[in-house]
This record gives sequence, C-alpha cells and structure tokens, in this order.
Amino acid sequence: MTATEMRPGAAPEPELAPPRRALDQNWRRLARMGAVAAFVEVFIALSGMPVRLDERPVIVSILSLGYVFIGAIPIVVGNRIGRQVRREGVPVHKAGGYELLAGTLAGAVAAAGLSVLVALLTHFDIREPLVNWSPQLLDLLSFNRGPVFGVLIWLGIGAVGGFIGGGLRLLPARWRRTLVTMAATVVLISILEQLVADLVSGVRLEPVADWFYGRRGGLTHSGAGVTAAIAGVAAFFGRGRLKAARAHVQSLEGPARTRATSLMILLTAAILIVVPLLVGSLTNELLANVGLFVLLALGLNIVVGLAGILDLGYVAFFAVGSYTAAVLTAATSPRINPEFPWFVALIFVVVVTGLVGLFIGAPVIRMRGDYLAIVTLGFGEIIRLLFLSDWLSGWFGGAQGITAIGGVEIFGLTTVDGTNPRGVFYLVLVFCAIAIYVSWRLERSRLGRAWMAVREDETVAEAMGINTVNVKLLAFVVGAVLGSFSGAIFANKVGSVFPSSFLILVSMVILVVVIFGGMGSIVGVIAGAALLIGVLGGPKQPGLLAEFSEFKLLIYGALLVWMMLARPEGLIPSARRTRELHQEEFLQDAWLRGEVDTDDGNGDAQGTEGRS
Amino acid sequence: MNGSSVPLLEIRDLSIEFGGLKAVNGLNMEVNDGEIVSVIGPNGAGKTTLFNAISAMVPITSGDILFESSSLLGLDANQVTARGIARTFQNVRLFTNMTILENVMVAQHCRTRQGAFGALLYTRAFRREEDEIRARGEEALSFFGSRLVGFRLNQPASVLSYANRRRLEIARAMATQPKLLLLDEPVAGMNPVESAELTRLIGRLRDEWGFAIIFIEHDMSVVREVSDRVIVLNHGELLTEGLYADVSVDPRVVEAYLGQETIVEDAIKS
Amino acid sequence: MIGKWAPRTGAPRTGVDKFLTLLRVLAVGLVLVGFAAFIAQEINTDNAFAQWANPDATGLSGAGFRGLVIAGISQGAMYGLIALGYSMVYGVLGFINFAHGEVFMMGAMTGWVTSTKLAEAGLWESNFIGSFVIVLFGSILVSTFLAVVMERVAYRPLRGAPRLIPLITSIGVSFFIQNMSIVLFGPATKSYPARPDWVKNKHTALQIEGDKIMVIAAAATSMILLWYLVERTKVGKAMRAVAEDAEIAALMGINVNRTIVTVFAVGGAFAGIAGIMWGIDFGSVIGHTGFLPGIKAFSSAVVGGIGHLGGAMVGGLFIGIAEAVGPLLILEPLGVSGVSQLRDAVAFAMLIGVLLLRPSGIFGERLRAEDRA
Repeated sequence: MTATEMRPGAAPEPELAPPRRALDQNWRRLARMGAVAAFVEVFIALSGMPVRLDERPVIVSILSLGYVFIGAIPIVVGNRIGRQVRREGVPVHKAGGYELLAGTLAGAVAAAGLSVLVALLTHFDIREPLVNWSPQLLDLLSFNRGPVFGVLIWLGIGAVGGFIGGGLRLLPARWRRTLVTMAATVVLISILEQLVADLVSGVRLEPVADWFYGRRGGLTHSGAGVTAAIAGVAAFFGRGRLKAARAHVQSLEGPARTRATSLMILLTAAILIVVPLLVGSLTNELLANVGLFVLLALGLNIVVGLAGILDLGYVAFFAVGSYTAAVLTAATSPRINPEFPWFVALIFVVVVTGLVGLFIGAPVIRMRGDYLAIVTLGFGEIIRLLFLSDWLSGWFGGAQGITAIGGVEIFGLTTVDGTNPRGVFYLVLVFCAIAIYVSWRLERSRLGRAWMAVREDETVAEAMGINTVNVKLLAFVVGAVLGSFSGAIFANKVGSVFPSSFLILVSMVILVVVIFGGMGSIVGVIAGAALLIGVLGGPKQPGLLAEFSEFKLLIYGALLVWMMLARPEGLIPSARRTRELHQEEFLQDAWLRGEVDTDDGNGDAQGTEGRS
Repeated sequence: MNGSSVPLLEIRDLSIEFGGLKAVNGLNMEVNDGEIVSVIGPNGAGKTTLFNAISAMVPITSGDILFESSSLLGLDANQVTARGIARTFQNVRLFTNMTILENVMVAQHCRTRQGAFGALLYTRAFRREEDEIRARGEEALSFFGSRLVGFRLNQPASVLSYANRRRLEIARAMATQPKLLLLDEPVAGMNPVESAELTRLIGRLRDEWGFAIIFIEHDMSVVREVSDRVIVLNHGELLTEGLYADVSVDPRVVEAYLGQETIVEDAIKS
Repeated sequence: MIGKWAPRTGAPRTGVDKFLTLLRVLAVGLVLVGFAAFIAQEINTDNAFAQWANPDATGLSGAGFRGLVIAGISQGAMYGLIALGYSMVYGVLGFINFAHGEVFMMGAMTGWVTSTKLAEAGLWESNFIGSFVIVLFGSILVSTFLAVVMERVAYRPLRGAPRLIPLITSIGVSFFIQNMSIVLFGPATKSYPARPDWVKNKHTALQIEGDKIMVIAAAATSMILLWYLVERTKVGKAMRAVAEDAEIAALMGINVNRTIVTVFAVGGAFAGIAGIMWGIDFGSVIGHTGFLPGIKAFSSAVVGGIGHLGGAMVGGLFIGIAEAVGPLLILEPLGVSGVSQLRDAVAFAMLIGVLLLRPSGIFGERLRAEDRA
C-alpha cells in the first residue's frame, strides 16, 4: 500500500486537507481516478481476458477468473480513492463517511466503463480491428440477460465494489487484513488447483481433492468456505506470530543463527525432494520448467543484480549451452558426431559458453550501461540468426534445428529425458543448488565486493584499484556459464533445439523474473521465477494458468513497468538494493533509531545538513 | 627524506588540455619519499586536474609522470593505484550503500589475489586472506579512533556524518596500501577543531604509516602546520614552490590570490 | 554509471584491449577483403582471387545493385525518422526509450485500421492521395498521443532515478504495447489494402518505385520541418536549452515538463509517419513489427551520433543501405550462403562495429552536460 508513495524521484502526493463532510468531496481526483479505472476496465474487457478466463472457475458456478479481474477493479479503486494524510511524513489512512461515498462513486465510475462498453457492443460492430468485440463479450458482460441488465448491473457492481473497497478502510487493520487475506487465498488456492490437487492425490487423499475442487475446475462451495475460514483464522491470529518468529530468527547471532539457517535450508531441500515424488508428471513438468528458469534467473542475477550490467542478450548463453549440448550429444547432429555422454559434453558447454561470454563481453564491457544493454541484445539476436542461417546449417541444422537428442545418462543408473520430468526436476535442482551456492559465495567474497563497488560508482572503484573491466567481464562469464547449464538441460529435456526457442523474448522474460523477484536477492529471484513461470508460464512453457498464455506477455510488460514505478527493489529485495533505491527513507529510519552520527565529541554544534 | 636521490614522484612538462583550454601547462614538480607537499592556488588553477592526471583519470596531452622512476603514462587508474598511489576526492565519493568495513575491504582489491575459485571452494587460503583483509581494514579504520569501528563497521557508509565520511575516505585510501597519498581538500567543510585534529593525523600518516602525501588545501593553517613544501599553481602553471614561510610572502602568490590576499595574511598572522 | 567511453590513447595493455584491437582489425579486414572480392567478382568471376573467395560467385547486375541501394535508402529513411525520436529523447532525458519502436508499430497499426476502413468505403481507390493524407494524420495523432501518454505514465515519475531504471521501464512499456496490439487486434498479419498502380510502378530515370519516392520525400519533408522547429522556433529553443541543462533551463523560466512532452510528441509524430511509410512500402504490419526497426533505428541514432538530429537521419540511411547492400557486397563474395537471412545480423554488427571504432558516432554525440563522461 505504501510502496507507491515511496518511489524515488516521484513528486510527493499532494497533501489533502481532510474534508469535513462526506459530501465535501475532492471531485476532480475522484473523476480522474474513476476515468482511469474505467479505461482500464474497458481495455481488459477488449483484450479478451474476461472471455478467455471465464472458462476457469474460481468457485464453482459462482465466480470465474474472468469476472475476478474486472470485478476487483472497482474494489481497488474504491479503496485507493480514500483520503490519505501525511503525519510527519508517514501516510495515514483517514476513515469516515467520506471514504464510503467516494469509494462508491469511484467504483461506479470505474465500472461505468463496462456499462458504456455494453451499450456500444449492442449497437456497433467493430470486430474488424478489435478482435474481441464479440457477442461472447456482450454475453459475459450482460450475464446473458440483455444489454439493459448489463448496463445497470455493472453500475451496481461498481457501486457495491467501491463501497466495499471504501468500507475496508473503516475496518480496523486486523480485520481488513484478515478479509483481504481470505479473498486472496481463495483465488490463490483456486489458481494452484493443479498443484494442490496433485499433491493431495499424491498422499492418497483423492476423495479430499474431489470434495475440494469441482469436476471442471474451481473450488467447490464447501472448499471455498473451508479455505476462507482457514485463511481467516490464520490471518487473524497468526500474523503477529509469524512476524515475531521472523524477528526472532533475525535477531539470532553466531552459531544459533547458523543453526536456524541450516535448518531452514534442510527443510526446504526436504520439501523439494519429497514433493516431486507425490505429484504427477504434469506437475513435475511444470516444476522442471520453473527450475530451468530459476537457473537462468540466478545466472542473470549475477550479471544484473550483483555487477549491475544490464544484459538483454542473456538468451545467447542459453542458446549456446543448448546447441553445444545438442551438437555434442545427439547422434543426429550434422557435421559433428562425437556423441559424448551428457556430463562430458557439459565440460565443453562450460568452456564454449565461457569463451562466447568473453567474446561478447569484451567489446561491450566498457560501454555505457544503456548502450551495453542494446548491444548485448544485438549479440543475442546475432547468435540466434547464426543458428538459424543456411550458412551454418551444416553445423546447427538451420531452421530445422537438431532433433532426437538423447537424455542425460546418470552414471549408467538412469536416463533423464523429457519423458521423465521428475528426473529432470531433480537434475535442475542440483544445478540450481550449485547456482545458489555460487551466487552466495561470490557475493561474500573479494569479487562480490568489487562488483558492489563497480555497481555503485565505477570511476571510484577504478581509482580504488579495481580492474573494473576484468571484474565485470568475470561477472558476465559466470552468469553466462550458469545460463548455459540451463540450456544444456533444456536441450536434453526437450530432445530437440530450434532457433525459435531462443528469441530475445526469453531474455526479456528472465529479466522480468529477476526484477520482479528482486535484483541481487537470491530468494527473491527464486520466488519470482516460481510465481511468474509457475503460474503464468514461460515464453513457450505453460504455467498453472494455461488460460493466461495469450496474456502473460502483456502482464509481464505491465508488471515490469509497475515494479519499476512502485517497487523497484522487487518482491523480496536484498537489503542492499533497498538501501540504494530508498536511501533517504533508510537514513530517516536510521535517524529515528539514533544511528546517524553527528560529528562527534568535538564540540561540533552543526548538523549534517547543508554540508554534504 | 630517507636519502634516496631518486624522487618518488616526478612530473615533467605536464600539460593537459580540455578542448583548447589548458588546465595544466608545462608543469614540473617532484615529491620525495616521506614528504608532505601541499598544492595551493586559486580556484581553477588546475590542482584537481593534476590529481586526476596522476591517478590516470584524465588523459594527459603531453609530458610525463614518473613514479619510482617508471612512467605512469598509459596506465589505467586501477594500475596506478596498484603501483602505490591512492587518492581521495574533493566531493567525498564513498560507496555509500556498502558498509564501512566493506568500503575499506574493497579498497584492498589490488593487494589481494583470491579469485572466484578460492571463494567457491572456500579454501584455507581464501579464508586467511579474508581475515587479513578484514584485519587490515579495521586497522586503517582505527587510525581515526573509535569513530569508524565497533558497531559502525557493519553500517552503511551513508549513515556517517560529513566529517566521518571524509575520514572514511582517507581510511579507504590508506587501505589500498599506497606509497603516495593524494588528499583533495581533506579538511574542507570541517570545523576548526576537526580540521586541527585531521591536520595532526596527516602528520601521523607520514610518521607512522610512512606515506608520502600530496594534498590540496585552501585552509592555510593546515598548509602551514604540516607541509614540508608548498607548491603554488596558477592558471595551470607552477607559480613558485618552497617552504611555507617563503611562499606565503611571495608577492606573486599574493597577487595570484588577488583579493584573497587577506586570507594569506591572516594565516600568517595567526 | 560513468563508463570509460572514448577509446583510450596509448598502447594497448590489458588482454581485453588487445582482443578489442584484434576485433577492430578483423572487422575492418573482413569488410575490405569482402569488398575486394566483390570487385574482383564484378570484373570477372573467373579470376583467381574471386574464385578463392567464393567459387560459386555470380556477381551482381547493375540494376540489381541499384535496386538494393534504393530499397536501402527508403528503408534507411524510415529508420532515420524513427531514430529522430530516440535521439531527441536521449539528448534531453539521457535514456533509451526502448518503447519508441512500438510507437512506430502503433502508427503502422493505426494506418492499417484507417486504410482498411477507407478501402471499405471505396475512398482508398478513388482518391488515394486524399485518403493517404487522412491515414497519415490518423497515425501521427495516435503515435503522438501514445508517446505523450507513455511519458506521463511511465517516465515522468522516474526522472532523476538511476540511469538503468527508466531503460528497464521502457522495456516493460515496449513489451506491454507490443502485446497490447496483439490482444486487441489479434496476432494475425494485417495487410494494407492494395495500392494504386502508380505507387508500385517504377518512375524516373533511376527506376525508383513510387512508394520509395513517397518514403524518401516524406523523410526529407519531415527533416526540414524538424529543422525549422528546432532551430527557428521558440519551442525548439526551449528543447535545446533543456537538452543542454534542464535545471538551468527551468531557472530561465522554461517549462521543462512541457518541453519534454513536446519532445516525446514530436518524436512520436515522426514515428507515426515512419509507421505509415512502412505500411505503404511493405503492405503489412504485425505486433512484432516495431521491435527490429526500433533497435535498428536506435543503432542509426548511435551511428549518426546520439543527440544529433541530422546525424540520426544520416545514420538511418547508413544502416539502411548497409543492411541492404552489405550482405551481398561483403558476405556473399566471401562464400557465405543464404546471406539475405543475415540482414538483421549485419545491421547489429554495424552497431557493434561503430561502437568499437567510433563510439561517439559520425557527427559526435550531443548529450546533457551530466551524461558526458
């Protein structure tokens, strides 16, 4: 909630003099917010999202995901329209009749966009440019009851939604949080249906899954009720405890801290090892895809998050890793036929990608950050075009790619390939563990400190004796090698490589994952990959919400912009990155805790202001 | 000072131009081992440009800079630092989001060897080196008393006060284990008490740590206090050099300061 | 993020430097050998050198070569028009507006919508010039609006943020607009209605197609208008002042926000023109249309010297001609097969080559004081 108020460089939100009476509204703000929301509603409707997502029920026969999106906007607007006053720089929500009225009106205006759309849909047909201007949309928006009902019902839904949104402000924080958690959990559990159902069935509780989820997807009424109840109780009573537990762990020091950390790691590892055994191959496939992207994201995180190099052509290393593994392991690969075992080929993969990393890195590393981004993007595209070209098709098969790549043979015990997604997941897990270890160790080494320094001030880092070129190049190469692991596994998992798997799009998706999760934060990056790739899906890989596949790139784009504006440090930020982006607030906090020193002891009466 | 006939730093006919503007013009100067030299001159005299040239941060137009008898020309800034020249900046430039300890640890980059593999394998050599870096960093920090050590070590540099930032910057330069320290207006913005203390510390830097020091300073009391020799620049050229007592009464210096002459006179009187 | 930018004087020392020198030599060498082989093959495909370079070489006919150059020029003029937007925004705000290519794409998209509607009404055939003007204005309007909204929503809140933040944001914006056009208009290729014959026929002694003439004429007119705007009007003066130093400009009473909006609007308008030119020239547009031309247009801006408006156009022509002619002139003579697939690769290689050899571009950069490193 407060994140938007803290974006760097943004003009401070105007301080609103709190109006006395409910009717004494800030009409202009209301109209503006309402209009923007109405525009967003119409855009979402015309994007086809509601119609497509209508196939996905959240609660059987009551609510589908299609309505969740357009229905949630009035609530959000109704909530956001409420007054906010700053008390000593801290935003405080005001609550009163004003909120209810403003919320209701803003919600109604927002949903009125859909009312207008219903009217227009009835009278005009502009399906020619707008492909989603369809009778299905009209049916969906008017609940199959004719345009008049459609127009009126949306005004009503908007008003009620806005009223609820505004009303949330009047509730005590604890209740508000509980309600929001309940709603969010129901939607989340419904989205995670495949995973949850699979898991529950895995421990031989199929009847529970059947009772919980409807036959054609979505929570049953009782399932939704139970979910909401559990979430509500947990949120109402548990939140403080969770916070306290976290604070407790963070306050530990020395061996106790180490013990707590290793316990947590062991626990996570145990879950990650046990869960794939319980779930079916479809879910394992999903987990493996997520794992591949975690691996890529961890690699890019070293380049972008630690060394501060914006590499938009990261897919090049994924591609080089894939092709090297494919060429060296597949019997069908043209021209080169050594057919090494996968692990032997992996050595070549590392060497080749390292060299390619050096080759690409050397010319770009001295460039200004933004030029570097575009040039790496160019390199990424060049690499793909070379793999695609007839010129090199003798080696890489051109557009036909390389097919019939064997699986990964693990010491003669078992072969891991696409038909065995569980095995792939474990393989990916091992490499993810390696990548995590590498990131973690390097960040806390001489090299990691040099990366930090370069990221902060390259000129000074150079003057302090750091060979910035070498240090950055090393980050580039380490990231490249980690990405190539993912590529090598990918090639043998899918069993074929085509140039079309290595579009710049892949780079962008990985970048979104890293930024969404939190640049420089290992946990954040993993969480980002799990959420985005797992739920929405990768560039070509479906996620839990397969219905989303047409819209996921749109959402990625919107997410990237929104993250940069509202929360540039990411979902689970690294402490340092937060400091960089919110230095002033950090200093304020430190000042409140009495940690900012004033020039000490020397009878210095001057403060720090005005000097630096 | 210790009798070697070859100067530590020797600048020969140094000229630096920025698009026709001569920032430094035909400058000759020397600095010996263990010497404290101050560079003074009115604003725009080319003092900071001189520092930037020595630390390879601006390209030089002609001339030569010799450090321990070998040329610094064509070296990168990091290579100059590795040779043993460290500097501070006029407008303090710390790594503000890194902790105070990290600031001095990262400065030892060019004195340490452990690379990625040592860190990944967590070798004994790596751990020993990390401990050494840490110890040396703390040593440099404790030169300034208790201000920068203790609970401060793991705080970001951004919480430091202005004076402590200046001190940390000097500590960071010390941590690169230089032979020659370039301090760009070390006491600028400090109050008289702080500046007197830092002035004493500059002397101790030479005596205890064995650095030769060149510093740019406008505060004449500091210049008088610690410098063995004063170099006066004006319009990028060497105006005069010598002992403070001689230089400060040189009419050309007074002339160069034009209107600022009172400062010089005040400094002499006080 | 101040990078070490200018190629350093003095002897190469580090491994990276040596490698870069090697790359530079190789790049220049490749171009020279390729060109020499081309000339040899033009003279006689049977001479020893031509045979050594590419035994299958057939040489290139004069008409074919002229066709390539003309196609390159018209393509380059489009790049130049788009590049103006990149260059202006970079000059004023110091960041790459990655989404500018999508503004161009939306211009072409709008052109498709209006032209098909006009074709349905029968106006496209009966009064091509009139409908063309309507289509053009429609595209300019939409592109300008899009660019201005983009600035307001995504970039204005980020003024003064670390340099890479607005760049990343613009990547997100680009992603969003690209996919927005796909979900709104569908993923299929959009074909412009058939053009009248005189647009397709070849004219003048040089045998230039009508659409190419239109493109080149439009680019030339736009350049003149832009030159007038920037150099001769008060708005242009404000733009130049803000580009030099926004803070000082604000102190001098210039409305910086409004000036920046103007910059985006003008850039958007030119991208809209380029979009229509693309539609007329190639006859179709899809959601991904903006991506590659966008990147190449940025490359053009860099090649010409970013911040330099004439440079952007020259850079555009340079890249356009190079990618049209380069594969056949340099690569084909060296025995690379299927060279037309490598067009885009050649364009990117040009960017990399220019940044290696002369990073400030042909005419030198014109940047904000704080961006000069």
